[in-house]
Order: sequence, then C-alpha cells, then structure tokens
Amino acid sequence: MNKDFNEANNLLSVRGLEVHFAVRSGFFSSLVSRKISLVRAVDGLDFELKKGEILCLAGESGSGKTTAGKAVLRLLEPTGGEVLFKGEEMNAFSKSRLRHFRQEAQIIFQDPFESLNPRQTVFSTVAEPLEVNRLTRDRREKEERVAKALSDAGLSNPRELFMRYPHELSGGQRQRLAIAGALVLHPDFIVADEPVSMLDLSIRAGILKLMVELRDNKGISYLFITHDLSLAWLISDRIAIMYLGKIVELGSADDVIKSPLHPYTKALVSVIPVPKRVSLAGKTLLKGETPDPVNIPLGCRFHPRCPEAQPRCSEEEPAYREITPKHFGACHFI
Amino acid sequence: MRLLEVENLTTYYKLKEGYVRACENISLHLERGEAIGLVGESASGKTTAALSLIKLLPENAHVMAGSIKIEGRDISGATEEELRHIRWKDIAIIFQGAMNALNPVRRVGAQIVEAVRIHDKLSEKEACKRTAELFDQVEIDPDRVREYPHEFSGGMRQRVMIAMAIACNPKIIIGDEPTTALDVMVQAQVLQLLETLRREREMGMLLITHDLSVVGETCDRVAVMYAGQIVENGPTEKVFSDPAHPYTRALIAAFPNIEGERFLAASIPGNPPNLLAPPGGCRFHERCSEAYGLCSNEVPALTNISPGHSAFCHLLQRRVKV
Repeated sequence: MNKDFNEANNLLSVRGLEVHFAVRSGFFSSLVSRKISLVRAVDGLDFELKKGEILCLAGESGSGKTTAGKAVLRLLEPTGGEVLFKGEEMNAFSKSRLRHFRQEAQIIFQDPFESLNPRQTVFSTVAEPLEVNRLTRDRREKEERVAKALSDAGLSNPRELFMRYPHELSGGQRQRLAIAGALVLHPDFIVADEPVSMLDLSIRAGILKLMVELRDNKGISYLFITHDLSLAWLISDRIAIMYLGKIVELGSADDVIKSPLHPYTKALVSVIPVPKRVSLAGKTLLKGETPDPVNIPLGCRFHPRCPEAQPRCSEEEPAYREITPKHFGACHFI
Repeated sequence: MRLLEVENLTTYYKLKEGYVRACENISLHLERGEAIGLVGESASGKTTAALSLIKLLPENAHVMAGSIKIEGRDISGATEEELRHIRWKDIAIIFQGAMNALNPVRRVGAQIVEAVRIHDKLSEKEACKRTAELFDQVEIDPDRVREYPHEFSGGMRQRVMIAMAIACNPKIIIGDEPTTALDVMVQAQVLQLLETLRREREMGMLLITHDLSVVGETCDRVAVMYAGQIVENGPTEKVFSDPAHPYTRALIAAFPNIEGERFLAASIPGNPPNLLAPPGGCRFHERCSEAYGLCSNEVPALTNISPGHSAFCHLLQRRVKV
C-alpha cells in the first residue's frame, strides 16, 4: 500500500483481512439447497499500525469494526488475508509464539460492568493473567506487580483496593481495573473496543488521558474501536472509516474529520454532535440503516444509500487508493 | 395556562439504610409545542423525576412533596384509576432501550392496537387502521404491522415505540433517553422524526438524556441536574453559550467539540455523591474547582441571571452583590 513505509516501524500490518461467518440454515433449507450464505463481517481490510500509534477504526454498528479487532488478536480465526505482527506472519505462529503473543497484545472491552467477574476481587482479577501465563509464583512479587499495574492505571492506594469487589467500585474505577488487567503483562499492543462509551462524560476524559499517557510513556500502540467520530478525532493519530466490512476512508484524524473525501464520511461528519443549539430540520440525513452483511450490495457497497451515487457505482467496485498524500479513499468520484 | 407545571417535586427511595434522596425540589414548566431537555449524568435523578410525573415508580419510591399540574389541573393526588386516563392520553412516555420495551412474542401492530383500544373506544378494525396511519407517520411501511419485533432493526423498533407513544394523541410526551444505544445516523433520524411530530401535533416534550448534543439538536430549553437537584435552567442557546453553574461549565467542556481545539479536557474530579447522605451545602462543592467556604455550609439559593435563565450557585450571588 504505502510504499515509502518502513516495514520495521509497523507493529501490525493487515493485508486483505477477511472474516466470514457461515449462517446456520434450517434443516429443510439445508436439504433443498446447497448454497451456504455467508456473513461477510470483515471483507478485505488493509491497514498498518505503527509503533506507538493510535489508530481508530470507526463505523456504525454492523460495520465489522469489533470483528476486525478480534481477528487481529486471533480471538477469531480470520478466513482470509494475512496479519503481520512485528513483521511475523501470524498465521504461521507456533503454539508457544501464540502464547507469547497473548501477553504482548491485550484487549479492553466496552462494558466494565460486564467484563469483570463480580465474584473476583480486584487483586485476583489483575493477578490472574500472571498466573495463567505462569509469570510468577512468588506471592510478594505478584503483589508488587499487581499494585504497579493498578497504580499505572491511575488507581491510587492500590493495596487498599486488593480485597474489594467490582461492585464496590465506580464505573470509571472499574474501567481502570480492566485496563490494569491488561497492563500487568506489559503489552505493546492494545485493542480498545469502545472503552469509554458506557462511561459518563465527566469521567471519560480521565480514562482517555490515561490511555494517551500509556502510549507516551510505555509506547503502547492502540487499535481504538469506536462509533463516536468526535472521540476518534480527539484521541487518535489516524482514523479509518469502515462500512460493511471495508475501509472506505483512512487518513490523519484532522484530514478525515476536517476534509472528508468519501460521501459516507461526509454524512457521518455532518451528524457529529456539537454542544450548541443547532437545527436538525435542514440536515440531509442518510436514509435507512447499514444493510445486512449477508447481502452486500454489488459495486460500491455504499451506493444504495449514497446521495451522490451514479450508475457506475452499482456496477463497479471502486478501488481503495491514495487520493492526497497519506489520505486514502474508495470512491469513484473523489 | 401552562401545559405542564411542576413545583418542588421530591421523590425518595426507601432503603434499609434510609432514604435515597433521588430527586429533590424539581420545578419545571412546559408550554404547548415546547421541548425541554433534562440533562444529567447517570444517577442524577432525571429518570426518577420523569417517572414521578406519571407515578410509574417502583414500590419503595415515595413522592414526598410537590405539585404537578396539567393545564392547571393538579394531578399529584390522582388515584390509580385517574392516572390510567392521564397516562397515554395526557402524558405518554418513550422508554429507554426500545429493544426491550416491546413484547418479543407478539406482533408489533397488535401491541399498538392493544394500547389504542384500552384508551379510546374503537373497534378492532378502526384501531388497526389507526395503527397503519401511525406507522406511516413514523416512516415505517404500514405493511409491516404483522411482523415481530426481532424483524425490525434498532432504529425501527424505536420508531415503533414512538408510534405507540403518540397513538392516543398525548399532550405531553416524555422521552427517556430515546436515542441512547442507537447509531449516530439513526439517532439523527429519530430525533428529526420526534421534532417533526412535535411541531405537527404541538406536543410538549420532556426529553431526558445524558447527552448534551441531543438537547442542542431538539430542545428549546434545558434543565441540568446534578445529584438529584436541578442546578441550572434556561434557554438552550444561553446555557450552552454562557453556562452559569460550574457543573454545567465542566460538562460542556468535557464534550468533544470538533469545531474547537483538539485537546482532552480535564475530567471532573471525584464521583457523584451518595444520595443516601448527600453533602451539606451545595451538593457539587466537593468536586467544584471554584468552591469556597460558604459552599459547604449553606445551600445556594436560586439566582436569576437573565429572563428564564437561572442557577443555584453561591458564586452568582457574589457576582450579583459585587
């Protein structure tokens, strides 16, 4: 893709990543037809993540952003394409290499109310990864590493929290606890799947700041998954806009938000909420919702909803190409 | 005469440990065709305030004080029988999470027909006709009345809930986070629909949300709630351009604004107080960067800043005196 790119600087290179799921069909239809329908959740994804970079995958629900995040972590088996982690092909990972990868790469989930085990204390939540990976048996060392991870995640007086349960913590503290669970293994790569969308506005900033600090101090790279474009713009270096399993536009945060190229991005940017009195009456909104990824439209997959669609759009799939330096898009008319 | 006038509404929840002072001294008013936003973070008491209006509260909730008047008629002492007539016909509510508010094993059309027939004496046939019209108004193909909720997408289900809420021509509609959990584009579509319906039918709307932008897009006035109390109340433009209460200022500053500068605003330190034993004085003083001695001792009085714009903060009093 990006020719002048220094391969060694890439923590992650994703080429043509595909994740298709077979749809379970009923007994009768499986007798009469052999056709298996596929949900093409991720359908040919190309991007790179540099060391210490925050790349945002943004899109509406059903765009495949979470599936993509899980596939690069090998929490889902990709059905096609390749993912290079630190220059190594992940499909070729041996069992022990994969086990080591599980320490290098971590995930933070959306809902800290559901992602934490309510019966586990703070200490055992954070110490569990150490035990699973057989990193230490020494009780004192374990305590130190857990305390360090908790304080790195911005929880003060970590040792006082050890015996607390998640329900005793506030929403922000819980998400910090989830982050501590990821940090305890010293990862270089974190997939953050909507990490603040369940949190109130006033505590969001604290969590985001923490994540940026961890990048600055520890060089952690993030794949930040969100549906919120203003958030993506605030936190990330580059933004990739996904629609129905494909990237339709990718560029620096300012380029994508301030001068969007693709009609879909333009529409999304036009409905970014702003804290002031605005009128919705005059806005042109996209009709309908993201189609079913079982029946992806032919040609450009956005054409049925595109306000600027031409006959060509329904016939030919637009190429994903560099439009202006380091700003990529997939549309015939940009 | 005002469409809705609420004065000093106070609702507590009774727990073993004591009373949770979930909403205290809420005063609001609503004119015909007007939309007012009730904004606050989780646990600020905004849903309790709304549910107190139509007494849809859990059993351990007690409305301690306050009057609620619809077109001058006091309904705070209404019996359960009277309330049944008030709900849907006078005040209808669109609940949070429409996906869960619909009965999954009944056809969507039938669920609306049922609601219509309970409140208006209509034949089955007439009610079906009304339902088809309602579907048309919320921009769903009327042929889909025979489908089940799972065949609808999230945005469509929310539209069905709106259709149900407007089925009996209510004067007031309460939206409890009607667009939370929807995608931005669908959210904008649903808000646009609500706006159109409100203008066509001259309904008053009380929109409860944690999202300031939703208020900016739909409401004429906004009331900001913190820890069970309204801290600021005023026209939307005024509150956004010149917020009077430090909490409102912090809330607006925390909102990412793509038209402004790209930086991460400071978060408000600490957590909202426990409403079993809220702090004395101003409830926000522990987290307020501008608090001074008086704030922890004395409950601030209401200060009028400009016509229709008021806030509860000692700093304003000081500003006025100086």
